[in-house]
Amino acid sequence: MSTTTEAPSTTTAVKPKLKTSAMIASFADPGQKTASAPFGHALVKAAQENDRIVGLTADLGKYTDMHIFAKAFPERFFQMGMAEQLLFGAAAGLAETGLVPFASTYSVFAARRAYDFLCLDAAEPNLNVNIVGGLPGLTTGYGPSHQATEDMAIFRGMPNLTIVDPCDSVDIEQAVPQLAASEGPTYLRLLRGNVPTVLDEYDYTFELGKAKVLRGGNDVVFISSGLMTMRALQAAKALEAHNVDVAVVHAPTIKPFDAGTVLAEINTDRLAVTLENHSVVGGLFETVASSMVAAGLGKRVVPVALPDQFLDAGALPTLHDRYGLAMDRIVAKVLAELG
Amino acid sequence: MTVTHETNTEPAMPTQTIQDPAVESHVGQDRIEKVTAAAYRIRHHALNMGEVQGQGYVGQALGAADMLATVYGDQLRFKAGDPHWEARDRFLLSTGHYAIGHYAALAEAGIVPVAELETYGSDDSRLPMSGMSTYTPGMEISGGSLGHGLTIAVGMALGLRYQGSDARVFNFLSDGELDEGSTWEAAMGAHHHQLGNLTAMVDINALQADGKTDTVLRTEPVTEKWESFGWYTQRVDGNDVGALLAAFDNAAAQAAAVGRPSVILCDTKVGRGVPLLENRDKAHFMRIEEHEWQTCREQLTAGYEGKASA
Repeated sequence: MSTTTEAPSTTTAVKPKLKTSAMIASFADPGQKTASAPFGHALVKAAQENDRIVGLTADLGKYTDMHIFAKAFPERFFQMGMAEQLLFGAAAGLAETGLVPFASTYSVFAARRAYDFLCLDAAEPNLNVNIVGGLPGLTTGYGPSHQATEDMAIFRGMPNLTIVDPCDSVDIEQAVPQLAASEGPTYLRLLRGNVPTVLDEYDYTFELGKAKVLRGGNDVVFISSGLMTMRALQAAKALEAHNVDVAVVHAPTIKPFDAGTVLAEINTDRLAVTLENHSVVGGLFETVASSMVAAGLGKRVVPVALPDQFLDAGALPTLHDRYGLAMDRIVAKVLAELG
Repeated sequence: MTVTHETNTEPAMPTQTIQDPAVESHVGQDRIEKVTAAAYRIRHHALNMGEVQGQGYVGQALGAADMLATVYGDQLRFKAGDPHWEARDRFLLSTGHYAIGHYAALAEAGIVPVAELETYGSDDSRLPMSGMSTYTPGMEISGGSLGHGLTIAVGMALGLRYQGSDARVFNFLSDGELDEGSTWEAAMGAHHHQLGNLTAMVDINALQADGKTDTVLRTEPVTEKWESFGWYTQRVDGNDVGALLAAFDNAAAQAAAVGRPSVILCDTKVGRGVPLLENRDKAHFMRIEEHEWQTCREQLTAGYEGKASA
């Protein structure tokens, strides 16, 4: 790069500010209430009450909020280096000695690279190994190397594994101690950094394995998980202006799935829409669909989900709009469906 | 006995160095005889199991019998009647297909009844063809997908140390398993975390599923690889019980105390102890005809009794 200084041209037009693809882009709206590193703080709190909890990471402690735990409990934190097979094999080994490990990396590396280790070393012996996966779905603009758009599709086939897709800081804070207390392996789709706080405005508590009706509505029912529950609630409010009454059912536990609660809500004459931060293949939509077929419930369900393709790189708001996860796109889709 | 001592001149730890390892171990004859007798019985069990199945990884079991006998007969701390005893040493079999040899060793150790061995590989048996922790008492992990054992061993060694246990962790690997990248992730992790309570033993029979190791994926120079990963490395004749015992003694004396993981590289011979099989074309899955099993047992016993009376 040249270090010569040149006089700035006075004739050049001002360039428009570009939207960029920051690695850790927040999906919080401007001015939204957030909590900082809810997972890290929740793990510290849980570890204060349960001395069997330990933490591991594969060179991504700072980027999965595990650094909070590492600072609070340095003797209970194990840095495994950029070696995800070792990370999860060692997590299984720690669990074999009676400890309760939480092991963090990005979802792409946990699901794609280390699957065999999680499957055979943690899930088959049903050990209390807790996988913490950052950047689930489309929460980074870095392209397919970092976008875990099919993590739930990969993990749903793993016997014994519990899968949790939290909406916000409330979900994460309440889920962590329950994941530690539950037998067997779990997978948490981590939201990190400044995470929106949304569910505190509702009569809601996280219960592992349960779906909850957050609001009722006569025209449409949304079944959502993860950060898309936040969007579902925003879209439901926006649709009030169009005289469309929307119910929202939050289903943060993808496996085992609370089919009872969800199917009771779907089995009405309302338009049913699923919303997920995941590929349309193998995630919430197909979980709902298979539950319906198994129960003999035949009804059209509209999926709001990522397309079955490798996604673009870019700024997160641009991409959420492009692939239909943005609130305006949800509103438009519902209005189009209602004709 | 031929113990090749490690030659790594770099200190393993910032403040402590391993003393000159050129110590001559004095392994008593009683230990050698005890382990040799155990190895004979393990081989005999393996032949019986192989005959029931009509097939199986008998060649590997015969080759690794001395390693298994050394661990179970001399090194491992366990309670036969309480396989989950908290203070036990852990023996992790990465190579699930070596289960036939491991079951024989578990029987020798009194953890599995000898009478149960004949169920090996049968429906509803606790002794499946590939070792699984959920099936068999004393089987710590489910091996078979190679490259897993050492990663789990690292976690176990960390967990035991964190909880103040002095139990040791042993991981049995094969040379074919060195193809797997995860083995080397774990090798780095064990050195980084200074796991002196971890010992790896590698069965180098120079054979893997598709043929000889040096034609499938060259893993040599194996000794230099482990040394460069920071492990206290010894290479021995894996069918020489005295050498094996000396290597374990060295590992305990030279490496464990300074927090350095140990590896014992064991050159073994597929089919060892049974000349009929030693001289047969080497194969991952050795074919043995129905009428040959009795000959195998007779050759094994003749060799053992000859050695014992020598």
